[in-house]
Amino acid sequence: MNDRVSDVASAAPGPVYRAGLAVGELRYQRCGGCAAAVHPPRVLCPECGSQELDWRRSAGLGEVYSTTAVRGRSGVHNVALIDLDEGFRMMSRVEGTEPDEVRIGDRVGFLTADQDGEPIAVFQRTETKGGPTA
Amino acid sequence: MTSGSLRGRAAVVGVAESDLGEVAEGLTPLDLCGQAAARALADAGLRKSEVDGLFTASSYYALAAMDTAEYLGIRPRHIDGTNIGGSSFVSHLLHAAAAVEEGLCSVALIVYGSTQRSDGGRLVSPSKPDPYEGPYRPRYPVSMYALAAARHIHQYGTTREQLADVAVAARQWARLNPAAFEREPLTREEVLGSRMISDPLTVRDCCLVTDGGGALVVVSAERARELERNGGPKPAYLLGAGEATWHRNISRMPDLTVTAARDSGRRAFEMAGLRPSDVDVVELYDAFTINPVLFLEDLGFCAKGEGGSFVADGAIAPGGRLPVNTNGGGLSYCHPGMYGVFTVIEAVRQLRGTCGERQVADAEVALAHGNGGTLSSQVTAILGTGETL
Ligand SMILES: [Zn+2]
Repeated sequence: MNDRVSDVASAAPGPVYRAGLAVGELRYQRCGGCAAAVHPPRVLCPECGSQELDWRRSAGLGEVYSTTAVRGRSGVHNVALIDLDEGFRMMSRVEGTEPDEVRIGDRVGFLTADQDGEPIAVFQRTETKGGPTA
Repeated sequence: MTSGSLRGRAAVVGVAESDLGEVAEGLTPLDLCGQAAARALADAGLRKSEVDGLFTASSYYALAAMDTAEYLGIRPRHIDGTNIGGSSFVSHLLHAAAAVEEGLCSVALIVYGSTQRSDGGRLVSPSKPDPYEGPYRPRYPVSMYALAAARHIHQYGTTREQLADVAVAARQWARLNPAAFEREPLTREEVLGSRMISDPLTVRDCCLVTDGGGALVVVSAERARELERNGGPKPAYLLGAGEATWHRNISRMPDLTVTAARDSGRRAFEMAGLRPSDVDVVELYDAFTINPVLFLEDLGFCAKGEGGSFVADGAIAPGGRLPVNTNGGGLSYCHPGMYGVFTVIEAVRQLRGTCGERQVADAEVALAHGNGGTLSSQVTAILGTGETL
């Protein structure tokens, strides 16, 4: 699978990540030195220190590592940590499910959502911990 | 003694709290620093003019060490404004011992003050949300600890009842501490049935929001013995200390069930030449009920995954197998935002034997553990009486 992002225009890591979201892609970096998957974006590998970081396109599939329902005056929303299959973790939320019914181990898939005028990465369940969703 | 070790080289000779709870209207964080500093110096029998080392951190003042020195009217020749959140002051204790050992200062004052309850009852924090976490609106910091609790529950079968028992034990200790903010009886059912903030943590799984300040005075062991001979307090010697930081933001914590206390604790115990079974009383930073569970595991008081059963059913309450958070902790005694200094104050008082109803009999070795950020910074200090040297 060609997941390499070839049209990287910016030398700054943050804008490359955000440009990905703007076109519906979840991008991450792969270290040329130790093969670590790196997120959030940066200019050196936090594992080995190499500056050889290539941009890749994530398949957007992963698993809920942990989850909480945040309860405030304006309602309840989900906050989750997602382990992507490529080997990086990110904070996000699982949509399309009650915020307190997201389970650790649920399989999830990436999509973008608008948050205060900016695209962000969110996830939806593809199957629950017990098996595929109906 | 290991060569180069700080074991037994410095001692805490003065401890004090400022006014606590909800302080008089108009008092500022610096006013509380002033109260705590004056009281701790009086406790030590030292004059303010003798302070030549200042250690402080604040959620209010970006350049807190300078603000505090100016307010107190001291001109330190050694100054340390390390701010690693609530663990800062336990870290300052290690830094102060090293500075005294190296002759960078001779009388070190560690001081803290906060008026976050008077300021509206919300956590005052100088830190900005991480750009890769902020858009998802976690409630800082409770949601981060909730994620850790959820993972511990998932991985080890820890229960909400066991977490609730941490809050119940803290309240039972607080009922023995006249300075504690919350002293009404509290049951497991009340913790479980209170308002959910960020699943699985209810408001009773979360620390208090109070005003308060605290101060420590650190000198060399020689000076501490001289003060004691002249009628000063019984010194609490620093036997070992260690620091560790593995991450800042919760999404970059490698394993939500294992904290850097594993490293800070190992370093502290190695310097002290002691094991967890040698510790008589334990003061842990309990911002949330999951914290003592994680720290008791990572510091070696029980195996990984067994923290839930270790804290359940009154095992860390008065009369239990291990006295933990004997002042009532951040959960029931006092939590002005950065609690670390209070773990050391209580450890020193337990070693002095001045804790009244909540005194642990024959306490010779006490452990104080600070936590900062989102389980990010961990600092462990082990203190002992003169008999442990
Ligand atoms: Zn690398």
